[in-house]
Amino acid sequence: MLRSSGSGSGRLQFCQKAITMADTPIDNAAKATPPGVARKIRGLSDRAIAWIFVGPTIFLLLAINIFPLIWTINLSFTNFKANRPNRDVEYIGFRNYERILTDSDIWLTMQATAHFLFWTIFFQVLIGFTLAWLINRKFKGNDLWTTIIVLPMMLSPAVVGNFWTFLYQPQIGLFNYIVTFFTGADPSSFEMLGSVSLAPWSIVIVDTWMWTPFVMLICLAGLRSIPDYIYEAAAIDRASKLRQFFTITVPMVLPFLMLAVLFRGIENFKMFDLVVQLTGGGPGSVTEVTSINLKREAFEKWRTGYASAYAIILFVTVFGLASIYVKALNKVKER
Amino acid sequence: MSGYSITEPSNRQKWVAGTLVILYAVITMIPLAWISITGFKSPADSISYPPKVIFEPSLEGYVNLFTTRTRVSKEDLETLPPPANFAEEIVRERGMVIVGPSKFGERFLNSVIIGFGSTFLSIVLGTLAAYAFSRFRIPLADDLLFFILSTRMMPPIAVAIPIFLMYRKLGLSDTHLGMILLYTAVNISLAVWLLKGFIDEIPREYEEAALIDGYTRFQAFYKVVLPQAATGIASTAIFCLIFAWNEYAFAVLLTSGTAQTAPPFIPTIIGIGGLDWPAVAAGATIFLLPVMVFTILLRKHLLRGITFGAVRK
Repeated sequence: MLRSSGSGSGRLQFCQKAITMADTPIDNAAKATPPGVARKIRGLSDRAIAWIFVGPTIFLLLAINIFPLIWTINLSFTNFKANRPNRDVEYIGFRNYERILTDSDIWLTMQATAHFLFWTIFFQVLIGFTLAWLINRKFKGNDLWTTIIVLPMMLSPAVVGNFWTFLYQPQIGLFNYIVTFFTGADPSSFEMLGSVSLAPWSIVIVDTWMWTPFVMLICLAGLRSIPDYIYEAAAIDRASKLRQFFTITVPMVLPFLMLAVLFRGIENFKMFDLVVQLTGGGPGSVTEVTSINLKREAFEKWRTGYASAYAIILFVTVFGLASIYVKALNKVKER
Repeated sequence: MSGYSITEPSNRQKWVAGTLVILYAVITMIPLAWISITGFKSPADSISYPPKVIFEPSLEGYVNLFTTRTRVSKEDLETLPPPANFAEEIVRERGMVIVGPSKFGERFLNSVIIGFGSTFLSIVLGTLAAYAFSRFRIPLADDLLFFILSTRMMPPIAVAIPIFLMYRKLGLSDTHLGMILLYTAVNISLAVWLLKGFIDEIPREYEEAALIDGYTRFQAFYKVVLPQAATGIASTAIFCLIFAWNEYAFAVLLTSGTAQTAPPFIPTIIGIGGLDWPAVAAGATIFLLPVMVFTILLRKHLLRGITFGAVRK
């Protein structure tokens, strides 16, 4: 889907579905081996080595990814229930798919997911880009502070999410205390996790806290990839700082930013651990994002066939959206 | 930078930018700092209002994390021999005795075994595959690489349904081997993509020189390429380890006892001994600390790792 080329500072290159590997300078340089030498060192045994090297990986992926995927597709046409493995399995055609696509609860779930996706990406892009831009002012010690800012991103979302429930406690939680400190509201007057209107925001806050550094790091790489001479030329042409920002900085960082959004989009569409720990989908089902909904269907109601169809629909959705997005990304990149 | 540059920010700009960034860093660290200090509070201090920043440090959270305790009557308590160590002393003060170790140690050990096991496997398989993709012409290489990556786009729950059924049939549910294989399968995409990038950067001429000197392909691979790729392999390994370490969705669905890792266990601590937040915080601290250390060690390759090698710094 995407890959980079060269080892220069922060370069990146996106590829369409078919990845054009031979286009990278490294590969070209590598292929320039004289033919005589190449024949001596390549030959048949190399092909054997290649397959011996790649084989185990392919085998593992076939066994643990592809075979299960095919199994899921198969199950999605049945009424199989995993808690009753001995019951006769009936093939019911597309009925599971029909049921899912016409189920209004699923659309509510999609809305919860969309709310979560939109606002997390919005805040992360806004704060992440601003931070990157500030760090790129190259003040003293910026490396140290960058490293500190990045820490939350690498931690276990389940463990961290679990701890945030403590910070969100209505009476004793630090979060409520800080809000009280600045606004004067009574710390027990609002429940971040328990109230229908605040719960969706409580997960947005934690996700933003965790993943803003991710967007920041990618934007920073984008900013650092802009050569100084472009700004110098613009300054000589008397372009104002503001104009430089919108005609140089923004367009040149955009592909990086879009890449960050792609990653965050895919990850947050799959989001499970953080939300399970924070709200568990509640109160009611206001924060029941797709993964949680799917888990309920598959592992609590044990509607395995139905859940399989659901999983396939989600996979096709992510895959489809990501492919369209990558096309758009390539267009921006080519400009 | 020498001389005057129009692209160099002014000192005032730097000062303002630095202040804002440091402010953000401090805010972002508050939750983490709060986790680590809560671990050293007594349960009463941890839920006091207003939240206590200054308190009398106590190891009760850590003691509670590692032990199971039971309440005994005062008379029984007095008949016991004096406490043998500080842990017993803390527990006795609460009118309880230690009856044994808690499950935390076991769960933590499971995390270590599964984390290192799957990392080792992903790195071995990933290095071999990455070398082949980097150096040989493999038919359909592009499609294969894309296929390897696309496996990462599935929601884990979707993958977990058939895995759950398959593992139940094969007897792999709740086993270390099952989890190691599963995490290896998830991590291998990251390993192959990252390592291919690192190996691509090693000039092919080195190996060719070695081959001409009479090395076989295998010798050239492990005597020339592997040492050159050591940094890349190490940082890829850390990324794989962190993923396996943090993973929750598969762990919570596919393990329940013998192979349960720490992430699904830590949140359950709160239910075991009442609202024992210091014990949760102690568990979280012990669990998160190694990742923080690794992140600091990795900072140069961080961007590359989190973007599957798409962005290199």
